[in-house]
Order: sequence, then C-alpha cells, then structure tokens
Amino acid sequence: MDRRLIIEHIPRLRRYARALVGDRYLADDLVQDTLERAWNKFYLWRPGSDLRAWLFTIMHNVFVNETRRRRYEIEQLMEEVPPVAVRATQSEQLELRDVDRALRALPVEQREVVLLVAVEQFSYEEVSGALDIPIGTVMSRLSRARTRMRQLLGGQTLVPLKAVK
Amino acid sequence: MTSITETQLHAYVDGELSGAVRAEVDAWLASHPEDAERARAYAEQNAALRRFYNPVLDEPVPPALLAMRPRAWRRWAVAASLFACGLGLGWLARGSFVAPQMVPLSLARQAATAHVVYSPEIRHPVEVTADQEEHLVSWLSRRLGAPLKAPKLAPLGYELVGGRLLSGTQGPVAHFMYQDARGQRLTLYVSTQRGELPDTAFRFSQEDRVSVFYWVDRNFGYALSGEVKRDQLLRVADVVYKQLNP
Repeated sequence: MDRRLIIEHIPRLRRYARALVGDRYLADDLVQDTLERAWNKFYLWRPGSDLRAWLFTIMHNVFVNETRRRRYEIEQLMEEVPPVAVRATQSEQLELRDVDRALRALPVEQREVVLLVAVEQFSYEEVSGALDIPIGTVMSRLSRARTRMRQLLGGQTLVPLKAVK
Repeated sequence: MTSITETQLHAYVDGELSGAVRAEVDAWLASHPEDAERARAYAEQNAALRRFYNPVLDEPVPPALLAMRPRAWRRWAVAASLFACGLGLGWLARGSFVAPQMVPLSLARQAATAHVVYSPEIRHPVEVTADQEEHLVSWLSRRLGAPLKAPKLAPLGYELVGGRLLSGTQGPVAHFMYQDARGQRLTLYVSTQRGELPDTAFRFSQEDRVSVFYWVDRNFGYALSGEVKRDQLLRVADVVYKQLNP
C-alpha cells in the first residue's frame, strides 16, 4: 500500500481542523503536524483498515496533546474574519456564523463529536473508534452539545432561512 | 411505542436507524410536534455546519502540506499531481513544482527558545551592538556563508539593538534583536537549512507566550519572534520579508 493514499484525505483533514480550531493558520499547522506523524507512523497502519478513521485519530491525538501544551488555543487569537468564505446570501451568512459561534462555545470534546457526526458524517461507531471513547459517551456528548447549541441559538430556525423582512 | 429516548432522537437525525425502529420514531414524531421540532433543529445544525465548512474542501491544498521525504518525493509528486489535476485545484499552474518539504516547526521552537533566553537580558542582550551594525552584518554573513541584511524596522517603531551568533541544529544562526520605545523586543532568527528547501509562505506558531512567524526563503529559515499579538507581528514579518526580497 502506498502512502500517497494519505494525500486524498488532506482536504477533509483541513476542513475538520479548520472547524475544530477556528483559525486557518493554526488549523493548517494542526494538519501539518498530523501528516508528519502519519507519515512517520505509516507502517503502523493496517492496509485494508479505514485510513480516514486512522488519520482522524492521529489528528485528535495531536490536537489533544498540543491543546494541553497551549498551542492551538485559539480563543485569544480568534480573528474577526470568518474562518471560511461561504458563498451565500448575507442573511444566510449571518445565520451560519451564528451556528459556528455556538459550536465554538462548546467544550472541545463536545465540539469534536458534533463535527465528526455533522460535518464528517462519521457513524457513532466510527466516532467512538476515532476518539477512543465508548459509544455511550459519544451519545451523551452529542446530546449535551446539541442542546447547548440550540439554547445558544435561541431555538430559532437555522436553515432554511428565517422569513426575509 | 410508549416514548422515544433521547438517544433514539439523535440516532434518527444522524441516519443511524433503519427499518422498523426508524418507522416507529417517524410515527412518534408525527404525533409529537415538540420532539419533531427538536429533531428538525438538530438536523439543521448539521446542515448549517456542513454548509459553513464545506468550502474548505475546494480550497487549494497548501504545497507545504503535500510534503514528503526527499527520497520518496518522485512517487509522491506523481500522486500529488494526479490528485491536484483530478480535483482541478490548479495549484500546479502557479509555478514550477518542487517537491515541498516540511517547513520545520522546530525552526519556530528554536527561535522561540532563543527569544526567551536572550530578550530579557538587560546588560548583554547581544554580542555586537547596533552602533557597529556594519561589522555585525559582515561578521554574521561570513559565518552563515551568505550575504545577510539586518532589516530596518524603525518605521514600525523598532530599532536594532544588535545581534549575536548562535548554534542551531542545522548550523550557525544569526540572531538580530530589535526593541521599541517601551522596551518590547522582537528577535529575528536566521538559520542555514540543510538540503534544498523550497520557499514557503509565512507560517505561524504560538510557543507559550511567544508568537512566531517563520518561513523559508532561498534556503534560509527565518523566524520572527515576540511577545506581541499575532497581527502586530505579521505586519513586522511582512516588512522584514519585503526588505529581504526587494
């Protein structure tokens, strides 16, 4: 098996890192650190097993370690610019940014679960494997996260849009 | 069905249920508008997050992330170009394709360490002071084996304090120190890099309290460090880069 397989996953790793960290430069640093480790440890990957899950696990571990060492702690660095340029109408942009802000208000371990389920569309079992937590913990984090986000968003309708005034 | 559980509601939203169980939840939601509303709100959260972050997938991948070890790079280059063409990212068109290599994050860490060690020094922050700038620059140039320049940062409020020679993992390092009127110090770490490294864009690293912008240019690794905010440091890094590449 060839290491080039990893390259195919870079865009998704970048998307996840961006959502997790919020800042594009720090996110790409996280991706770089993840890839560095993946390349060094590629011999540990079992061909035929899910490479994507393996890479996300590495990213999770790098993130947890580095957060502990305060490198990706980004709240203090949060830029005013949204982390992603979304092609959308202005009011929709604002709504999406609200959702993102609610996401950012979550504890990191809840944010990870929400993103893996919602954006990466991992199954609960895959999330459990990638984060190395029991499936019951996946469920409880997801439930707490969604309840909190809904509160933060004032229970409003997100998508489709609210009626245009 | 008596009632659905919280777990079932989430599993329903995330497409984890099938067949009979899914049908049961469907039936429950049809007669319980509050739960149905909640399910809809959760599904909308999912959709909104995807919509917000999916554009990242269409961004060109920074070449530094397509990095590889020098020996394996040919294989990688083929894969990378196939991948890039396949997705129509088009970054190959931006210039000749050189095997990118990791910009060593260690560069940022070493620079931050040097910054932390030398910038608090009151009496001996540098070996050669700015009043002998010409001597300083020619000395460091000789030791690094290439003509160096000490960028002029006075327009940004930073005056050259002086510099020193350090030893880095890759060889000699030139270390320039600047300070503003309040005594806030910035250091520029210039290191020789082994092997042919492609030029890179600025990269940022936060090393505890020290912010570092670092980049590789013409086979030198540069790192600008300071205990200042990132955007402030970026402005200085930009000026440094432009002066070194007129």
